[in-house]
Amino acid sequence: MPTLETADQLIEDFAILRDSERLDLLLEFSEALPELPARYADHPELLERVEECQSPIFLFVEIDDQGLTRLFFSAPPESPTTRGFASLLFSVIDGLPVAEALDFDLDFPFKLSLSTAVSALRLRGMLGILSRIKRQLLEKSAK
Amino acid sequence: MPIDIDPHAKFADYANPSVLVSSEWLASNLGRDGLVVLESDEDVLLYQTGHIPTARKIDWHTDLNDIATRDYIDGAGFSKVMSRLGINREDTIVLYGDKSNWWAAYALWVFKLFGHADVRLLDGGRDKWTSEGRELTKDAPQVSGSNYPVIERDDSGLRAFRDDIFSHFGKPMIDVRSPEEYAGERLTAPGYADEGASRAGHIPTAASVPWSKACNEDQSFKNRVDLEQIYLKDAALAGHSDVIAYCRIGERSSHTWFVLKYLLGIEKVRNYDGSWSEWGSLVKAPIALGVEPGPIPQLA
Repeated sequence: MPTLETADQLIEDFAILRDSERLDLLLEFSEALPELPARYADHPELLERVEECQSPIFLFVEIDDQGLTRLFFSAPPESPTTRGFASLLFSVIDGLPVAEALDFDLDFPFKLSLSTAVSALRLRGMLGILSRIKRQLLEKSAK
Repeated sequence: MPIDIDPHAKFADYANPSVLVSSEWLASNLGRDGLVVLESDEDVLLYQTGHIPTARKIDWHTDLNDIATRDYIDGAGFSKVMSRLGINREDTIVLYGDKSNWWAAYALWVFKLFGHADVRLLDGGRDKWTSEGRELTKDAPQVSGSNYPVIERDDSGLRAFRDDIFSHFGKPMIDVRSPEEYAGERLTAPGYADEGASRAGHIPTAASVPWSKACNEDQSFKNRVDLEQIYLKDAALAGHSDVIAYCRIGERSSHTWFVLKYLLGIEKVRNYDGSWSEWGSLVKAPIALGVEPGPIPQLA
């Protein structure tokens, strides 16, 4: 299972690979996406649908009692690319202090060297997930 | 040796019974010499999670598109992709994919631009195969490279460009997008990324027939009688021999193109792959809003 990394490390990890290896790594992330905890699995209405993604994916953002960002995703196994996008974002944003997560680089999806392996059109789905994470975080940190 | 067609009763009624295979037929013909199974998906990783035994992967975005120009690869590029996949010019190809075969139909259409003779779709695609509990494997297929000839792509007859649309007014067009996209209430299908058109709506005179009308619940194609009702009667294509279909970037309209051309046998059916992502951004291109097709535009 991929370990938690910084965004810069992840960008470098992908940069040195060939396209076929980039897909393999994305698949590893896809398979490592954590399951939803019961409090969300039993309450799908709490999750927000990411409309920008071609496949159904739902997310929920929490701020824990230490002020750290916590991400939760639900996406079906037959949408492995979308799961992979969510898992990549999870690996670099989950656990960040809120201020850092709010500052997170919106251009990150396009820095992962995935545009030839995955196509730029598909990458827009990851931007959709990232934008919604930030919006939820902004709403919740304002409360 | 040519591979016989699937004698399935539903297929026999279609104008061209040789362009579809059923999951039963495919399951019992896997591994035959001269049969190549190809998976073409919207999800670029889905093949790696498990595919039909012997199937090879082709990706519309990364294999069939030109890197720089918004166009498909040329004859040399196609030869290279086919040779890497171990495909010969005389092979029978069966394409299947996710999302009701959208991307499989799109790949099939590109194969036809290169005149590959025997290309068939798996009726119902990946969803039907898996829902029937049929085998999937992660085993990489045994592929030895081939020497596919360089065939120049021939767009005429199958592909419409924007100028063809302007000269087509007065003849039927089918808009296969969702009713909301057609009416101009939204730019993309619900759940889909914005692919950058500046205006919403539809090409004037185009009839709205969402692509999914051609499918049964299990994503297989409807029978000929039902398809004739939808397209020839309801959409008034009866008696017409020159039709253009479009969507957003040409994938959903490839699905309808396949139905009109092969299942209903309409003589000339073109896919406008520029589709709404081009027309909806084209300066001065006429656009109709609302649920009515709208009159033939007065062009300056």
